[in-house]
Amino acid sequence: MTWETIAKTDAERAFAALTDPDAGRAAFDWDQAAEMLDGLPGGGLNIAYEALDRHVAHGNGDRLALRWFGKDGDARDFTYADLARATARFANVLRHNGLQAGDRLYSLMGRKPELYIAALGTLKAGLVFSPLFSAFGPEPIRTRMEIGEANAVVTTESIYRRKIAKWRDEIPSLKTVFLVDVDDAPEGCVALGPALAAASEEFEVAATQPEDMALIHFTSGTTGRPKGAVHVHQAVYAHVATGRFALNLRPGAIYWCTADPGWVTGTSYGIISPLVNGATMLVDEAEFDLDRWYGMLEREKVEIWYTAPTAIRMMMRAGAEAAAPYDFSNLQFLASVGEPLNPEGVVWGKEVFGHPFHDNWWQTETGGIMIANLAAMDIKPGSMGKPLPGIEAGVVDSGSDPLRECATGEIGELALRPGWPSMMRTYLHEQARYDKTFRDGWYLSGDLAMKDEDGYFWFVGRADDLIKSSGHLIGPFEVESALIEHEAVAEAGVIGLPDETAGEVVKAYVSLNPGYEPSEELERDIRGHARKKLGPAVAPREVVFRNTLPKTRSGKIMRRLLKARELGLPEGDISTLETDES
Amino acid sequence: MTKDDIKAAFLKELTSVAPDIDAADVGGDDQLQDDLELDSMDILNLVTALHERLGVNIPEEDYRRIETLNKAVVYLAERLG
Repeated sequence: MTWETIAKTDAERAFAALTDPDAGRAAFDWDQAAEMLDGLPGGGLNIAYEALDRHVAHGNGDRLALRWFGKDGDARDFTYADLARATARFANVLRHNGLQAGDRLYSLMGRKPELYIAALGTLKAGLVFSPLFSAFGPEPIRTRMEIGEANAVVTTESIYRRKIAKWRDEIPSLKTVFLVDVDDAPEGCVALGPALAAASEEFEVAATQPEDMALIHFTSGTTGRPKGAVHVHQAVYAHVATGRFALNLRPGAIYWCTADPGWVTGTSYGIISPLVNGATMLVDEAEFDLDRWYGMLEREKVEIWYTAPTAIRMMMRAGAEAAAPYDFSNLQFLASVGEPLNPEGVVWGKEVFGHPFHDNWWQTETGGIMIANLAAMDIKPGSMGKPLPGIEAGVVDSGSDPLRECATGEIGELALRPGWPSMMRTYLHEQARYDKTFRDGWYLSGDLAMKDEDGYFWFVGRADDLIKSSGHLIGPFEVESALIEHEAVAEAGVIGLPDETAGEVVKAYVSLNPGYEPSEELERDIRGHARKKLGPAVAPREVVFRNTLPKTRSGKIMRRLLKARELGLPEGDISTLETDES
Repeated sequence: MTKDDIKAAFLKELTSVAPDIDAADVGGDDQLQDDLELDSMDILNLVTALHERLGVNIPEEDYRRIETLNKAVVYLAERLG
């Protein structure tokens, strides 16, 4: 079925930061983003200064920056001045512990205020911040700390004990462990609370330069280890401009981004973009809960809401009746990211919240929103929208040499012209892998898409074997590697299967070592092993047994074939198939 | 069904969805998400499994009432009435 275009009302257009997107696109260049920022008083550029201190310098220190809600019903407010002071203390604590500009600090904790203070305090001190998802198992954490040569980590006592303590000494770079929830730290750790209390709230922001490394975000690869995408302080140009254009962030706006900072959305748009734009951001420590979320939107008078398809689909499951008792009249703009939002979800937003969801597209590598449905644009439900000002996007045939731009309506790889400020600058220690993502003047995204006659882009699928589950990009190789560490597993092939709530769910096919027989008990044991290693977000939800897996002559498991068979799709080219599935 | 039966059924389905958890280690007041580290997909899978096993359809707005073993037993007993 085709979906009718959603025409915007005058009020919806009036709310837009970019009232005429086409004209805005034509007139924009990135120097205009520089004008939205201050730069350091003594020269240089620092994300934390743009997010906090400059607002204080402009006399807006009393404005509410962060309103935090704890799991247990407690709440804390932080003004811009509060956060500026708290991050200065944090930066001083880093210095007292011998950490210097360029060192790398990881976070591994839930959405507590300390996480936000650590993120910005780290940048303020000139260190590099790398957030990890706190529900990761020990294996993904360790791999990412090795690749990024972590120098310090901010975490909780419980996570440290369960997931880090055992192998901490095997990461030679890791000097300091800060624990946020203890007054007396175990040996080799620093109790953050007392250290912050003792630190000065005066700190001169590190004189970082635009091209200095600021953030490392890890993303999964189809093969090999996860990739550490490096972003620099200049990314803040994109954080400020895209937040304004795509989300309509403005000073004082009540904004709720539901993403966890362990993923790039939760850092770019859950910390940096709202603060550089002077908005008031809400943070909920708790996970998705229907009434809690609806209650939050109503009680806090949320105006701008940035969430994800998995959550939207969970709300849809509960039906419009569950939302009916709530007043959502303050909501002005709804956006969604993480994976394509199905047209039903876009339209459902309008029915239940009074406004459609605005889908947008970007990646860890792009650092910020690239293609979006804007407030002043009519929406074609299911489309990711059009490129933002400053972004040139295209669809290319990556099979041709040189690259060829696809015709209107033709499916190809979604590509961007390099050079926007939040573009990744490298994959850590993997220059060759980084170089491979650029060809003939394009950055190749790995996503398949098409552009229609009106210039709207449509997501079609992934060009590789990566799995998108609940908005998280999962590399099959990482999952397979964990599975074959189980004593019974000889080989493993991992694919994503369509799921109406999560987008895709991870399914594993395994063959067993001699002496093991398939059983329900063994299936559970293997899944349990994978969950312990990888955490629930990454581990397979289902494991099935095979005598052999389909493999190429070079011994590579043909995931594509497993998937085609599972879904009853054509098997495609199987000329490289050597051993078939049995 | 007695409360013990319900408890056993809940633990069986919980450890089937999340086999990294040992039934013997589950405290009555452990939160499924905070303490046992289930994610939202696990909760959906648990709800589906409980529906299949006990015939109780748990609506989204009642998920909070099964957030611990003790709460779930009370809730499911009530629903099985």
